[in-house]
Amino acid sequence: MSAGFWAMGGYARYVWPCFALAVVIFAWNVWSARRYYAAARRRAARALAMADSEKQ
Amino acid sequence: MWKWFYKLASPPFVYNTAAALIPWFTSFAVVALGYGLVGGLVFAPPDYQQGDAFRIIYVHVPSAWMSEFSYTLMAVAGAIALIWRIKIGHAVAAATAPIGASFTVLALVTGSMWGRPMWGTYWAWDPRLTSELILLFLYFGVMSLRTAFEEDGPRGDRAAALLSIVGVVNIPIIHYSVVWWNSLHQAASVAKFGKPTIEPSMLWPLLAMFLGFMLFFGAVLCLRLQGEILGRERQSAWVRDAVKS
Repeated sequence: MSAGFWAMGGYARYVWPCFALAVVIFAWNVWSARRYYAAARRRAARALAMADSEKQ
Repeated sequence: MWKWFYKLASPPFVYNTAAALIPWFTSFAVVALGYGLVGGLVFAPPDYQQGDAFRIIYVHVPSAWMSEFSYTLMAVAGAIALIWRIKIGHAVAAATAPIGASFTVLALVTGSMWGRPMWGTYWAWDPRLTSELILLFLYFGVMSLRTAFEEDGPRGDRAAALLSIVGVVNIPIIHYSVVWWNSLHQAASVAKFGKPTIEPSMLWPLLAMFLGFMLFFGAVLCLRLQGEILGRERQSAWVRDAVKS
């Protein structure tokens, strides 16, 4: 990539942080959704295990 | 048709459908975002007035559209849950809120970054900017209500649904603020009746980015929705198979 591309016509300090923030927001969404799902699975597994132990 | 519609109220059906959709949404999102990024950053010509600063449009506009779309979806899901007592509606609304809030933050910050070189300021109490900020507060309010009533889940769901329905009045205000009031913000150039006033080589990457944001939203929503359903249905028999798989 040429230096002109990265310079963005003198607006690099405004353009690139916007795209960087978009990457951060996307990454946060994936991380937090995965974490939320994993926690819900763990809680459900624990609830099932407790129900099983109560039956026995 | 109705049978399929009724199936949408079934947690195991929605859970399994969400799981099946995630890889499709993710793959198509990567393609659309890749096309949009290359088209928008490399091939689209600089704007004749704004130069390369206009390229912020490729993250700002899709995130702003998604912030409004997410809120509308959250309100519709909440209304369905309240009117027809379909529990899955509350799960959809709860899963949508944090994603919508994150897109609203992105829209506000990128708008601010775009405003500095174009308007000479990061922030102005302009109708469009202010109504978008109110949207962020509405998202926070909806999420806080759910957290506040954590011990009494159904009550928190109802309160959050009510707030999201009342707050939906803000969506047309955001959209038409640039028409109804004098605004620093430019008027619509894509979502216009008739022909968009944006050059096609700039427009196509923007539409691809919008599609990519939409598909990404779909993938993350499905994953969050799976978590919501598991949390709400953990006493149900079908969850045993879902957790073991």
